[in-house]
Amino acid sequence: MSSMHSALAVLTPRMTRAVKPFESPSLMHLLSPKWLSAKARPLGKTENKAGRLVLFFIVGAVFWVFVFGLLYRLLKYFRGIPEIGALLAAKLLGLMFISLFGILILSYVVTALSSFFLAKDLDLLVAAPVDWLRLYGAKLLETTGHSSWMVVLVATPVLTAYGIVYGGGLLYPIVAIAAVVPFLFIPAAIGSSITLLLVNIFPARRTRDILSVIAVLTAAGLVLIFRLIRPERLARPEGFRSLVEFISLLRGPTSPWLPSEWAAQGIMTWLRDEPELLSFYLLWSTAAALVVFGALLHRWLYTRGFTKAQESGERFVRNGRLGKAVGRLLTPWGVMRRELVLKEMRLFFRDTTQWSQLILLTVLVVVYVFNIKFLPLRGEGITFFLANVIPFVNLVLAGFVLASIAARFIFPGISLEGRTLWLLRSSPLEMEELLWSKFWVGTIPLLGLAVGLVFATDVLLQVSGFMMTVSIFTITMMTFAIAGLALGFGALFPKFNTENAAQIPTSFGGLVLMMASVVLIGLVIVLEARPVYQYVGARLLHADPDPWAMLFGFGGAVLLSLAATFIPIRIAVRRMGELER
Amino acid sequence: MIELRNLKKNYGSFTAVDSINLTVPDGELFGFLGPNGAGKTTTLRMIAGILQPTSGTIHLAGIDLAENPLKAKAKLGFIPDRPFIYEKLTGAEFLRFVAGLYGQDGDKVEHRGRELMALFDLEEWADELVESYSHGMRQKLIISSAFIHRPEVIVVDEPMVGLDPKAARILKDLFREYVRRGHTIMMSTHTLEVAETLCDRIAIIQHGKIRAVGTIQDLRAEATGGGGLEEIFLKLTGERAARETMDVLDA
Repeated sequence: MSSMHSALAVLTPRMTRAVKPFESPSLMHLLSPKWLSAKARPLGKTENKAGRLVLFFIVGAVFWVFVFGLLYRLLKYFRGIPEIGALLAAKLLGLMFISLFGILILSYVVTALSSFFLAKDLDLLVAAPVDWLRLYGAKLLETTGHSSWMVVLVATPVLTAYGIVYGGGLLYPIVAIAAVVPFLFIPAAIGSSITLLLVNIFPARRTRDILSVIAVLTAAGLVLIFRLIRPERLARPEGFRSLVEFISLLRGPTSPWLPSEWAAQGIMTWLRDEPELLSFYLLWSTAAALVVFGALLHRWLYTRGFTKAQESGERFVRNGRLGKAVGRLLTPWGVMRRELVLKEMRLFFRDTTQWSQLILLTVLVVVYVFNIKFLPLRGEGITFFLANVIPFVNLVLAGFVLASIAARFIFPGISLEGRTLWLLRSSPLEMEELLWSKFWVGTIPLLGLAVGLVFATDVLLQVSGFMMTVSIFTITMMTFAIAGLALGFGALFPKFNTENAAQIPTSFGGLVLMMASVVLIGLVIVLEARPVYQYVGARLLHADPDPWAMLFGFGGAVLLSLAATFIPIRIAVRRMGELER
Repeated sequence: MIELRNLKKNYGSFTAVDSINLTVPDGELFGFLGPNGAGKTTTLRMIAGILQPTSGTIHLAGIDLAENPLKAKAKLGFIPDRPFIYEKLTGAEFLRFVAGLYGQDGDKVEHRGRELMALFDLEEWADELVESYSHGMRQKLIISSAFIHRPEVIVVDEPMVGLDPKAARILKDLFREYVRRGHTIMMSTHTLEVAETLCDRIAIIQHGKIRAVGTIQDLRAEATGGGGLEEIFLKLTGERAARETMDVLDA
């Protein structure tokens, strides 16, 4: 009998103990796993943490000094111009805030989708007795943190430069923070509410539909904003009928109803010694109202949306025509290579977290082409020389666009293979084969885009045949080199355990890749600048260009690009061979 | 055949696998038992070529894995304990992809894939994305993928986890038939009943070292006292020191 009693005592809780009233876990508790994980591995679980940390701070410091220096010089120059200078500075700040606002909303929508609906910790949190408000708060803070740290990184040196040039005083940092914090939360509340509504309309795993709608809307919105602002007009005051008209344009707010304008106004009025509380009041009250609104919406729709998010959007898939065609095309290259390439393609097009980043690509390309289209190249004072140099600068910009695309699409390739490395490592597959298949799958579309982009912008710029040839040749080499770097750094700085592919490009390795790409683009351009400069000059004077300078410049650029293509891949092959997973 | 000679694996100062010597001949189903953290998975992952040994050699079907990794791996099928696979491929595509990794394609592979999926009741799911599969279905798909290229040696880590009774039975029959045809299987398991009924020989590993190896009769003799495999296992690994459950639950 006594043994029966003790067995029952084990199986049932002791009722004699005082039962505490239940309390939902706090917001801090809900966020603690994120905080603890971040603390445990600031730069990923890899060896040589200290070295990487130092490198991270050096890269960060160099970036900050660069941005700060640039802004400082520009603002000093503005300060020297009476009357218009301060207005131009305010306009510039407004433009920065409005661009950040657009980027933030887009980024919050994408991040909120994964943090509110697809993250792996949700099963645990939703199953646990966590009240809706705390879940909303925790996920909103998580989304804000993930999406805005880059923006904060960029905004800090910019705002510091403003504060120093315009003598913001000791209280300026507090003023800047008071403007930036609500500015970050407003788009967060808007973005996560948009996601919540969209998930309730479509299942979350069918984000393909949702995100393509967003892509089109964003691209259209950006074009609209650019057309409304017409930034090129600011660069050419002579285009205005009078100085008064120009000043009145500068004085007028770009968009008085946007939080970006309030943030810029709040900071600028403080810097002009005419502090105005209205902007801060608008910022904080709007942020609070939107967060409350978002919370209510969350209470109303989240459970339904979360349930819908568990439904698998697409179960049946058919092998598309493209897959079959590529399969047939690759058959002579061997079964293994064909299957690797087909797998890469299928995974890419079926993984929304991967291809949804095409939105960012669309935005980049739209902004870029529009900037080129409205460059004031045909007016007075534009020399033949300048008209030939600008397409060369175009190459640098196209290179940056390429680097950011490679960081988004090629760089994460190795990291995404993390959980299936057991299969690849235990099969008779050479790591070289895997890396080259990833290289070609990434490079061919990138090359098409790069050549198309440079060709289109060169046509818009009406460049000479020589410049067109140089541009196409250079961008082709750069594409190979940047793809090689992306793959190499992807293998050197893998993030195998990430939940969200969209977070891989913003990791430490992604940052290092961007830096390396900038250096590569800079070097190629420096090598080619001299022969191009000489050629354009010689043409102007009807002389012959120096063949040695051409050979040295272009030959050097080719060698550099080849080295940047092959060396990182070789390093990556070795690194992959050493990986133990 | 699998041959391990002085196989050792260190993680920093910790020795996960300590000088293991083992030969698993053709036509044998070999079981690998041991408490959690004993070094079973590390050993199997070294045999699969995923982890590199600190020292020692591994031969698969007579081929040195370190000297000729691709040739050796071509003889091997590996079934891991954590079934992570490409979520965005369908079951059929996944099998085709794995066959492709071993340089195989064509009608025979398609036929084999269909047969394997039918064997595990996955036929209806063949054209659905893996992300919609349950844990057990993923496990069945991975098991199918290990057989798709007709390997000579199969290394399998915890094969029964997540399988329904019917699939578990099918797998046992499949393993038995496979070794009857002269192939080799090395598997780790915590299900002692499976090891007892299925394996020709068993090794018990603890703290990275093999404590005992042999048939169930050999192990019984070594454990002095007989009994079932559970008794033998607990005796050999000294895991009987269970705490007083009452104290733990009341703590």
